Amino acid sequence: MMLSLAILALLSVAAPWVCRYAGPARGVVLAAFPLGIGAWFASKIPAAADGEGIVESVAWLPELGLELSFRLDGLSLLFALMVTLIGAGVLLYAGAYMKGHHQIGRFFCYLIGFMTSMLGLVLADNLILLFIFWELTSITSYLLIGFNHDKKESRAGALQALMVTGLGGLAMLAGLVVLAFAAGDLAGVAGGVWNMSELPEGLSGHAHYPWIVALVLAGCLTKSAQFPFHFWLPSAMAAPSPVSAYLHSSTMVKAGVYLIARLHPNLATGTAEGLWEGLLIGFGATTMFVGAYLATRQTLYKRLLAYSTVSSLGVMVMLIGMGHPDAAAAYILAHAMFKGCLFLVAGIVDHEAGEKDVAEIGRLFRAMPATALAAVLAGISMAGVPLAPLAGFVAKEKMIKAGLDAGPLTALLTALIIAAGSFTVFIAIMTGFKPFFGKASREPKKHAHEAPWPMLAAPVILAVLGIVYALVPALFATPVVTAAGEAIKGGPFEAALRLDAFYYYEISLALGLSLLATLIGVGIYFGRGLWVKATSPFAKLDGVVGPAKMYDYAMLGLTKGSWAQTRVLQNGSLQVYIKMTLVAILGMFAWAIWRTGFLPSVGTNFERTGLLEWVLIISIAVSAIVATRLGSRLATVAVLGVIGYAVAVVFALYGGPDAAMTQFAVETLIVVIFVLVVYHLPRFAVYSGLAVRVMDLLLAATFGGVMACLVLAAGSQELFAPISAYFNEAAMPETPDGQSAYGRNLVNIILVDFRSVDTLGELVVLGIAAIGVYTLMKLRDDQEGTPVAEREGDEDQSEEGDA
Amino acid sequence: MNALVVSPIAIPLLTAFLCMMAWRSVALQRALSIAGALALFACSVLLFVRVLDVGVLAADIGGWRAPFGITMVADTLSALMVLLNGVVAVAIVFYSIGAIGPRREKHAYHTLVHCLLASVSGSFLSGDIFNIYVWFEVMLMSSFVLLTLGGERGQLEGALKYVTLNLLSSSLFLSAVGLLYGLVGSLNLADIAIKLGSAGDEARPVIAAIAVLFMASFGIKAAIFPFFFWLPASYHTPAPVISALFGGILTKVGVYAMMRVYTLIFAPVFPAAGEILLWIAAFTMVTGVLGAAAQYEIRRILSFHIVSQIGYMIMGLAIALLVLERMDGAPIEDRPAMLATAAMALGGVAFFILHNILAKTNLFFVAGVVHRLRGTGELKELGGLYKERPYLSLMFMVSAMALAGIPILTGFWGKLILVVAGVRAGEYWIVGVSLGVGVLTLFSMTKIWAEAFWKARPEEAEGTEPKPDDTRGTGWMNAVVAGFVVLIIGVSVLAGPIYRVTERAGHELIERAPYIRAVLDEEYLRSLPGGIGERWIEPRAETAAAGEGR
Repeated sequence: MMLSLAILALLSVAAPWVCRYAGPARGVVLAAFPLGIGAWFASKIPAAADGEGIVESVAWLPELGLELSFRLDGLSLLFALMVTLIGAGVLLYAGAYMKGHHQIGRFFCYLIGFMTSMLGLVLADNLILLFIFWELTSITSYLLIGFNHDKKESRAGALQALMVTGLGGLAMLAGLVVLAFAAGDLAGVAGGVWNMSELPEGLSGHAHYPWIVALVLAGCLTKSAQFPFHFWLPSAMAAPSPVSAYLHSSTMVKAGVYLIARLHPNLATGTAEGLWEGLLIGFGATTMFVGAYLATRQTLYKRLLAYSTVSSLGVMVMLIGMGHPDAAAAYILAHAMFKGCLFLVAGIVDHEAGEKDVAEIGRLFRAMPATALAAVLAGISMAGVPLAPLAGFVAKEKMIKAGLDAGPLTALLTALIIAAGSFTVFIAIMTGFKPFFGKASREPKKHAHEAPWPMLAAPVILAVLGIVYALVPALFATPVVTAAGEAIKGGPFEAALRLDAFYYYEISLALGLSLLATLIGVGIYFGRGLWVKATSPFAKLDGVVGPAKMYDYAMLGLTKGSWAQTRVLQNGSLQVYIKMTLVAILGMFAWAIWRTGFLPSVGTNFERTGLLEWVLIISIAVSAIVATRLGSRLATVAVLGVIGYAVAVVFALYGGPDAAMTQFAVETLIVVIFVLVVYHLPRFAVYSGLAVRVMDLLLAATFGGVMACLVLAAGSQELFAPISAYFNEAAMPETPDGQSAYGRNLVNIILVDFRSVDTLGELVVLGIAAIGVYTLMKLRDDQEGTPVAEREGDEDQSEEGDA
Repeated sequence: MNALVVSPIAIPLLTAFLCMMAWRSVALQRALSIAGALALFACSVLLFVRVLDVGVLAADIGGWRAPFGITMVADTLSALMVLLNGVVAVAIVFYSIGAIGPRREKHAYHTLVHCLLASVSGSFLSGDIFNIYVWFEVMLMSSFVLLTLGGERGQLEGALKYVTLNLLSSSLFLSAVGLLYGLVGSLNLADIAIKLGSAGDEARPVIAAIAVLFMASFGIKAAIFPFFFWLPASYHTPAPVISALFGGILTKVGVYAMMRVYTLIFAPVFPAAGEILLWIAAFTMVTGVLGAAAQYEIRRILSFHIVSQIGYMIMGLAIALLVLERMDGAPIEDRPAMLATAAMALGGVAFFILHNILAKTNLFFVAGVVHRLRGTGELKELGGLYKERPYLSLMFMVSAMALAGIPILTGFWGKLILVVAGVRAGEYWIVGVSLGVGVLTLFSMTKIWAEAFWKARPEEAEGTEPKPDDTRGTGWMNAVVAGFVVLIIGVSVLAGPIYRVTERAGHELIERAPYIRAVLDEEYLRSLPGGIGERWIEPRAETAAAGEGR
């Protein structure tokens, strides 16, 4: 299994070169690989039917529970076959479809990259590994939907799909992690249980069970386009047709269904009223009905198919929730055939007749008979026409029987199934019959002709397989569906599955209902003008409050809201930034004090404060207040100088003569330089109103007060004596360690020896400041050959000398 | 003294000096700069390997034993950070060949870059709180001058906000250092940790207040909510390569400092910090990513994303602190699992920083290439890059997906570790926030992708002939970008072994003993009053081995 993934991954990387050198044969060459891998998987059908799983595992990041562990059982096999075999057909098809496109290499790179991810997704046993592949399918899908990247709707569709599935995916990641730890609780493994095959029994009893279900389903339901998240799927139709057929019908959109099926044995409660089952039935049935209904209002070929795919995905989810894994598996297989075929037919019609709108076209039968044959077969299968021996009929019979066996929900579910079934019949006629045999309102845009064989191969084979499915089920359908169904159920079926069409040829209520649905569907087809008119009020409603509109509103809200938030927070005013910073710090102080439970005791011992200190304190305080009130810069600078001098006196009083002298010198210099510079500047202007200034005053006073209290509080407790006593001893020649700094000026020695790195750093700061001044003055003029000021070099030298 | 520990500081300083000496010759400066960066990288690799090999290394500068002199300490976290600094250094100097132009090179560009690199190494390695302050000052000054280098109006305006708010941070930092010194009379981090750990209840409020001051000061440096204003105001203004240097490494210094002081010093005495940090983390993530959603210029978008990503780092730190807080009351048998969770959270932060430095720097590098090619970073003026420059597109895609946390790239692992740690710690809501922010990050990245790369050139829509791309120097720039993409992919694939290293860093931070033992000798620990140093003394058998490291 890992080998197959590696082969596909390499093929993805090599695809651009294959395209370049293989020319028209590229489709055949590329398709050969997944075909071979598919054949290998097909050879495992008997083993899977016997209930044997194949396991491969390599540790990758065991601390996070991540192992490269893969497991092939019946369910994986069903999906792996669809991924590889339909994939091979699509590659062959795309080789012709994309002919001449200048980015064909990238296209195949992404498409095969997707194939790899999807195959990995259905084979992974590890939860994290599964999520990894899950996300990779989203990204490759993004690149493929946006493949026609210069079209706006392609980009929008790609983003929409990515956002919806991405959001769901991340919820799912949370759900999977919670699931793993919940399983760990039950199994007694502290690090969590990360392999799905090892999940313990009884998860539905865990306290986190509702969260697990909600989060995991968020991922599955968005990925599988369940109502109300379905809207991204029709938008994704901007992708080239092979992509739509492959990703958005046959494989990727079923990833959610796959995971639901995979986790069903572990998360199901066993009763229809359980949370898991209830949600699945609710979402599934709604989606089945709404999707089919919405499809009836479409006329674009691919959009019709997209909405009907939404409906089909609802069917799958619903059937699993109702506890009919056999019906679900049968339907999944049948759907892959008829819907994949029809999507490819839609691509052919677009490619060879230039038409996208089924309402306009008709009578293409003569121009493209083989295509028409495939389309009709697929259409009959999709409609589930009673008694037609095709896959769709069998699946539909099983579905109706499931609906009739739904306990208290029987009436509701049967009605929904029949309604959706009628719509589906109508869609099948519109997509499988109308373009080829119906009336054309005008000539096709291009001269219509039959598609080349590579494009025909896949749809024709898929259509024919639909017959094989129902006539000779033992060939592949029964073993595959049985194995998959048993994996979903989590145990063997009581009775052997019957998938041959003749088994259902008996007069029964189900057959009667099926016939009824067919008749209604045909009726809608003939009265379609009336139908569209009758339902248009709902469409209007959908256009105002529908999910797609909600997505638009959410996006608009995101843009507008984030803009508004940024206007408030990042408003460009430095004053506001500073104020916000200070307010935030005050808030944090308040929180810290509240959290530690009591106020710090502020030391109020002012007895040792002498007259001189009081004079200094008062002059500092007064100068600070005066400085804010002065209108002239010159006077402000002078007053600030007073503060500086006062601080210097404090240093001198408390045994720091060096510091005091430095401070005096610096203050003097600052005042002199400022006076020289400030002389050229205008007077202060007052921009703020009174209210703002009062607020500023309050803020400044509060912050200053808090800091002062903090200093007093900290000053009143000295937990340990400062280490500086050591410096006194160590400076002298006779030191404790025999080490000495050989000096008597303690401050000097601290600066150049004990803490020399600090001094080095500060000197570097000065040097850089000098460079800064120089470049600010010079670089703006940008004169070539500006003479270099020698001063800077010298200064830098001296700073390095200290190192 | 262990020269290797000091080398990541000494080499760039020496390089800066030599570049200054070679003022007249741009070519010589360039050669020196490259040689210096390579030497820094080589030494940081050696240091990293050695730390992995023998454990925490310490070097007493000038031979003055700790805590009296200044000690440089390299534990797993700081060695990793220094290594990343070395990686960025090499990338920056090579990218600069193509990107910066002789105009700035003539004006001390190389000197300033190396001063900045030295200060970053210094901040990571210093084991002395005041010395860290000094390196912060060097960092502030050199980054300020680099911001203004070029002297354009926008640059000056941004630089003014940058320098003012960062000076505010400096003064808060200095106040906090002063208060701390007043309490315990020491500047050495390990010494402070021991002494503060023995403080009684009556000192707790003051300690909490000091812790808050550090949180605010480092928070401004790290650009957390609500202190990040300076970052989006300035990071898009200088030459793109300078944006890359800043965007990659500067804010992480603040995060590192916060991790260091909160795990080493404040975790036992102010455990409640985790609660407020968790809220800060949430707001930082959300406001940052929303800020990015509102922008339409590549570097502005990226700048806001820096803020958002810092939130993830703070989230990991907060989770670790919360777990440590709860451990006090927890039953003994639960404690090993809780310790593992806290180590996982901190290891996740380290991994996230590693990821973020690679991805973010490279996105800025790509933005620089785009800016060179088209002369603008405005999304509405850009387009057509996907068609015309597939390799650049691929490079951007990989980096952007890495940033958005798409598997299997680096960001996914970083996020996954934090998410798993968060779930293990039971902090569900922050996990939810972080995942939601991931989607919005993806949204912003696809915005750049769709507008600059996918969209057709606006000139095409108007029918005018587009200006030919300016490809001067893009060879070097693209080579660096490609190198970083290789690194990102390499780290992604080797996420397992790398995570084991970062988790070890987390364990060291929580245990604290390896750090303290490496810094303080046994004699000093014994001499501490009240026997508070005893518990840190290593059991006999291992003393010899640890002594070797000093």
